[in-house]
Amino acid sequence: MTIDWGWIADHVDDMWSTTVEHLILTVIAVTVGLVLSLVLAIVALRWRRSYAPITWVTGVLYTIPSLALFTFLVPVFGLSLLTAEVALVSYTLLILIRNIVAGVNGVPAHVIEASRGMGMTDRRIFLGVQLPLALPAIIAGVRIAAVTTIGLVTLTVLVGQGGYGVFILRGIRRQFLTEALVGTVLSVLMAVAVDVVLIVVEQWATPWSRRRAAS
Amino acid sequence: MGDAVEPAEGGVVIDFLGEVAGWFADPANWTGNRGVPNLLLAHVSLSAVAVAAAALISLPSAIYLGHVRRGGFLAVSLVNIGRALPSFGIVGVMYPVTLAFALTRSPLGYWATLIAMILLAMPPMFVNAYTAIRDVDPALTEAARGMGMREGQVVRRLELPLGLPLIMAGIRSAAVAVVATVTLGAWVGYGTLGTYIFVGFAQGDEVLIFAGGLLVAMLAVVTELGLGWVERRTDQTHHGRRRQGARPLAISDEVVATRP
Repeated sequence: MTIDWGWIADHVDDMWSTTVEHLILTVIAVTVGLVLSLVLAIVALRWRRSYAPITWVTGVLYTIPSLALFTFLVPVFGLSLLTAEVALVSYTLLILIRNIVAGVNGVPAHVIEASRGMGMTDRRIFLGVQLPLALPAIIAGVRIAAVTTIGLVTLTVLVGQGGYGVFILRGIRRQFLTEALVGTVLSVLMAVAVDVVLIVVEQWATPWSRRRAAS
Repeated sequence: MGDAVEPAEGGVVIDFLGEVAGWFADPANWTGNRGVPNLLLAHVSLSAVAVAAAALISLPSAIYLGHVRRGGFLAVSLVNIGRALPSFGIVGVMYPVTLAFALTRSPLGYWATLIAMILLAMPPMFVNAYTAIRDVDPALTEAARGMGMREGQVVRRLELPLGLPLIMAGIRSAAVAVVATVTLGAWVGYGTLGTYIFVGFAQGDEVLIFAGGLLVAMLAVVTELGLGWVERRTDQTHHGRRRQGARPLAISDEVVATRP
């Protein structure tokens, strides 16, 4: 019932390789999720009536447990990366779309009027004014999606992928506390580290909010 | 799987779904230890115990801290930690720990699963209840005090009724997450609907895997809809529910729990 430090010392290489696998699985899911969400959010913003059906469908995807989604995808894609990623991506959509739409809608009307008065086209207003001002909300969504995904990636071992879930599953099979604990702690550490990185990215990407805070 | 792109693909899908339907139609899958009713009962009962325990632990402190409007940092931290904790890992860590404490009179894996589920359910409940009570308009609580209400009365007669829909939303969110995640108990020997998925993976039986996933997904949707209905019934303000999507989710915002 004590922690086997010797085992930990012997498996530093394994920890490194599973960290890389875990991070890659996460980055693919969040990146694809963000791209899809941006497209769907732009559709929802342009055609207002599509927002309700889009959030309904992504809401259903969000409600279906990702473990259950794995089971629906295994007969189609087998025990593959695709099975893992489709389930992970579908879980990020609701969080990201809601935050992108709310962030863009939160830009004050007078700011958009001023941009239009300066002769900017709708396209330039969206890309140059609305999207940058929505960045804090969007990055808040990415933080939630990323931290959540890192936790869920521990399950992708069940569909044959790597990552920290490998330690956890092996720990369970051998009733070996140290190994399960290493997988869990590393997953939490990665979630914290990624969250901190995204906070730094936000401050770097929105220098005006920092200046306002300083003044 | 790789060379499945041929004209017969539609037929393959229909065949597969037919096999799944056949599994559900087989009376043998509805009786005994490994039958759907028995595993569903084990699945739901552990979920109910976990949600009730998490509510007993988290709601009183959340309501108190919301009432005195302190502990915001604690709430934010709890959500962040809750979101980062992988339930599969907690189950895996608690499994050898609970075995060592010889809590073996209960079914194998029961305590490990239960502890992981309580940890999963607490953050969304705590934060929603805390936010619900804290965000009651101070003008209302001041007016209540001005009318001579004691603190306990302010909580019971004003803050709790006004905060109830949001508190219920936290319970719903937690319950759906727990119902989805209790599935993992199967990996430490506690029979749940996840047992079909676990055995299916072990035997390479895709029909069994799919049937188990379908049962878990349906239970999650039923829980979501059922508790959503209860939640709307508790809204006494008659202003309708606040429109979802009106503002972005923030890290510290009311929480939608994660569900593996």
